[in-house]
Amino acid sequence: MMAGRAMQRDAPRDVETVDRSLIGLEKSRIRLLDSSTLTSIYLTAFRIRTFEFRVKEALKAREVLIPVYLGVGHELVAATLAHTIPKPSGIFAQHRGHSYFLAFGGSMKALADELRGRPTGANGGVGGSASISDQGIGMFGHSGLMGDQVPIATGYAIATGKPVLTVVGDASGEEDYVYGALGYAATRNAPLLCVCEDNDLSILTPVSVRRRWRLADVASALGLASADVTDDPHLLASVLQGELSGWPAFLNVHVARHLWHAGAGTDGPPAWDRLAMVREDLIDAGVEGLAELESQIVEEVDANWL
Amino acid sequence: MALTTAETIAELTGAAVLNGEATIVGQCLTAVGWVGGTVPQLPDHPGIVELSMADVAGGGIAVGMALAGVPRPIYVVRYQGFLWYNAPSLVNYAAKSRELWGVPCPILVRGIAMEGAIGPVAGSTQHSLVVRMPGLNVCSPITPSEWREAWRRYWLSDDPWFFSEHRKSFGLTEELPTVRRAQPTLTVLALSGVRMDAQSAVARLHERGIEVDLFHQVWIEPREWPDGLLESLTATGRGLVVDADFAQYGLSQSLAHDLMLETGARVETAGLSRRSAGFSKASDNLPPDVEELEALFRSVAQYPSEGGS
Repeated sequence: MMAGRAMQRDAPRDVETVDRSLIGLEKSRIRLLDSSTLTSIYLTAFRIRTFEFRVKEALKAREVLIPVYLGVGHELVAATLAHTIPKPSGIFAQHRGHSYFLAFGGSMKALADELRGRPTGANGGVGGSASISDQGIGMFGHSGLMGDQVPIATGYAIATGKPVLTVVGDASGEEDYVYGALGYAATRNAPLLCVCEDNDLSILTPVSVRRRWRLADVASALGLASADVTDDPHLLASVLQGELSGWPAFLNVHVARHLWHAGAGTDGPPAWDRLAMVREDLIDAGVEGLAELESQIVEEVDANWL
Repeated sequence: MALTTAETIAELTGAAVLNGEATIVGQCLTAVGWVGGTVPQLPDHPGIVELSMADVAGGGIAVGMALAGVPRPIYVVRYQGFLWYNAPSLVNYAAKSRELWGVPCPILVRGIAMEGAIGPVAGSTQHSLVVRMPGLNVCSPITPSEWREAWRRYWLSDDPWFFSEHRKSFGLTEELPTVRRAQPTLTVLALSGVRMDAQSAVARLHERGIEVDLFHQVWIEPREWPDGLLESLTATGRGLVVDADFAQYGLSQSLAHDLMLETGARVETAGLSRRSAGFSKASDNLPPDVEELEALFRSVAQYPSEGGS
């Protein structure tokens, strides 16, 4: 467990300045993941993004008529977690949870049907996008009260004594539920990993307007191992298998969202595109056959939207 | 010697803790008094889980424990006024879990009401806060046998339950029976912490020749009217629901509404006044006591009958 200020591999993201310099730094960083693992992570993330872009099309075509919460641009977080942490006995995500559902083995067909309100959906159409769950992968639904997944996950981790993953955003991380729960997780040494997907924005309000403190610092002060990194899978794997290998732990991950939280709007080009960057790395490393694998994923996604 | 309500609670829950079937979760459980003597004195037992003082998170932590199954959490809310902190995860997650996701969340919440010189936050009965949310079973067991029956029902289901308790009843050893008179002029339905005083008020009026039927509402959601209530109300044509919670905009008015629809009788409500409670005696906000209930029953009984015999 870390003492004092949380480990910070990267400075907190600023919309205008963070990306290029940090991304440049990442290029020279350790390459913890071998090509095979990174390829698998990449394909998981590619599958999530392909699915979500298909959802975007479905929204525009009015095939999907409910509020939908997309995580385009965040995919590498869930994909890397699924490949690098112990299998969670419980996953407590929140409204933007498609990536966790898919990365940890939920049925794409069931999710596609759920978004279309079909009885064959993962929750029979009741869960929609924001409240999806799948007991087959240990994923619990979210009530819609942002942040309440953290105490619920904490209680579940204490009761089961098994690894539990919970996910917040940089806004829900500010909710009052969170710190009482994280503090108690530290007190009880609960096997809990809390991950924050930090895209710097709540709707359109940046973190800097909302607070002057960092989530990872508070988590560290509460007694959790914590880290603050970008969504580079090597970095994520490095901290997850290093400083944060003992839970309870808190991981803040800076991501660049491509589409709005709700619906399929966009603020313009994202600050970075991690998926494209990882693909470039794989090509540079001599990995072959990506295009064919990607084509198969596209076919899978299309098939699941029939 | 008969057990008190508090001793009954401690005995039943203590046995469940020792059997590994339940975990008692809450704040200051092992402090002086052991929550009015209702928490089994099992110091350092892993089944007695002290939470931090983070009330908002505490409710969620208890709900998360319930999702894990056995041992089931018994979540002790020491003051029903604290439900304003504790309730979000209870009513938005535990209560909805089965309906939305098909996942049972068998938490037992012991919400303990009290009043009297404890101010606007900790005091009062607040069960109207939680009863409105579908998916939560709610009862108000006051006597030893009622608590025992509520406990039995809780273990027959795997749904979340809210027991609305009242500190005034923790010393009870006797039951509070239904009162039926030969020619009643009023039908009273009492809940929670006013039931003992209602019993006394009805007895006093009987001595003065005013006959009042008294029923006790224990099973709130799903609702079970006490045996004979509807018949009595139909006969008297005048009813009063009296609760330790606020009289307006809550459970008592909801019950009165349904009773009126079912019987055609006029049913009024009584309980806390619509104002905040201060600490001093003059500024406190208390449920009606025996004298006030007596006067209230007498007053309501003088209303003209609307369809009664």
